[in-house]
Amino acid sequence: METGKEIASTLRTHVTRPVTFMHICGTHEASIARTGIRTLLPPALKIVMGPGCPVCITPQGEIDAALELADRDVILATYGDLLRVPGTAGSLESTPGEVRVVQGIHKAVDLARKTEKEVVFISVGFETTAPTVAAMLLTDPPENFSILSYHRLVPPAMGWLLTQGEAHLDGFILPGHVCTITGYKDYEQFPVPQVVAGFEPEDILLALLMLARQIEKDEHRVENAYPRAVNREGNQKALAVMYQVFEPCDVEWRGFPVIPGSGLRLKEEFSCYDAVRKFGITVRHVKKHSACICDRVLRGVADPTDCRMFGKACTPRTPVGPCMVSHEGACKIWHQYKVKKVI
Amino acid sequence: MCIAVPAEVIEIKDGNIGLVDYGDLRQEVRLDLVDVQVGEFVLVHVGFAIQKLSREEGLETRELFKQVYAAMEE
Repeated sequence: METGKEIASTLRTHVTRPVTFMHICGTHEASIARTGIRTLLPPALKIVMGPGCPVCITPQGEIDAALELADRDVILATYGDLLRVPGTAGSLESTPGEVRVVQGIHKAVDLARKTEKEVVFISVGFETTAPTVAAMLLTDPPENFSILSYHRLVPPAMGWLLTQGEAHLDGFILPGHVCTITGYKDYEQFPVPQVVAGFEPEDILLALLMLARQIEKDEHRVENAYPRAVNREGNQKALAVMYQVFEPCDVEWRGFPVIPGSGLRLKEEFSCYDAVRKFGITVRHVKKHSACICDRVLRGVADPTDCRMFGKACTPRTPVGPCMVSHEGACKIWHQYKVKKVI
Repeated sequence: MCIAVPAEVIEIKDGNIGLVDYGDLRQEVRLDLVDVQVGEFVLVHVGFAIQKLSREEGLETRELFKQVYAAMEE
């Protein structure tokens, strides 16, 4: 990046004390790692990753529940990212059951229309993705179609991170495409500097500069550095569709306890599409692998390279934890771009 | 996971389906979540248009970038 040095020096004039900013989006981490943005930053400015990868924050008990369904002669359909996430006994990739990778839920519904078998869509994702699922459930999918609703909402997790204070966060880079749907009105409840960012390196640098200026002036508000896609109110049509079908529920995140109101379950009138009910399965709490620190990476208190297994026992080919699996997982991204710890 | 790509709506078909153009690739996407017309730009995520992109908003971002670069020259 030709202007890298100039950006770094400008940021340096605005960063006068140690600050830590968190992003909550795997796509942001991919962009930051790919372009080496961390190497341009003043040493006092640290960017940490939060729980921004839907696959990574899906707890092992939910993966195990999906694997249980794979043994029951159903077709599981989901996004490719989820395939290699280790459950207690194998992964969706290693199960002898039938697993299909689809672009989105509409393709899984197409599949259900062409077969007599049960088709279960493993439905992960934040507010960006949940409305697409709701929209399809409103199109009257066939009886042999159902979903495992593993959706999560971002603001409750942010609230949890801020109240427990473990990561000492001075500001947030808000996820651009989550906010495309939700707007950023809901984030104004948090008394901390926040900037909605897009995904080009310039978008992210702009967001960092806006955050640094808020800190400098001792202000906190939500600013929008991604106005070409995001407005304060969000996509009202998509939100209405989402809440027509889903309602918030209390749910565990990997690395987090149960966070009130942070999940989405199907409303009663759509319960015929709820695979948990339909097949009578239970989602259990599973204790984490002893040496894996994905939980601490997801809470922004550890870097991937802090893990003893990083690049050794745990690699993209042989992932131990979910952050080494997904294209949006911090460990896989750091492994791919050979990110060294910036001290 | 939350990757979304801008595309131009080329044709609107029955059943909330639209043909969009990404530049080098054309694809059918679902239009359930937006009200769009042919010729408008949308952001596409997991096969669904999730928001319209307006020319004005694009220009506004460009203006913000200009301010960043101006700040860097201070």
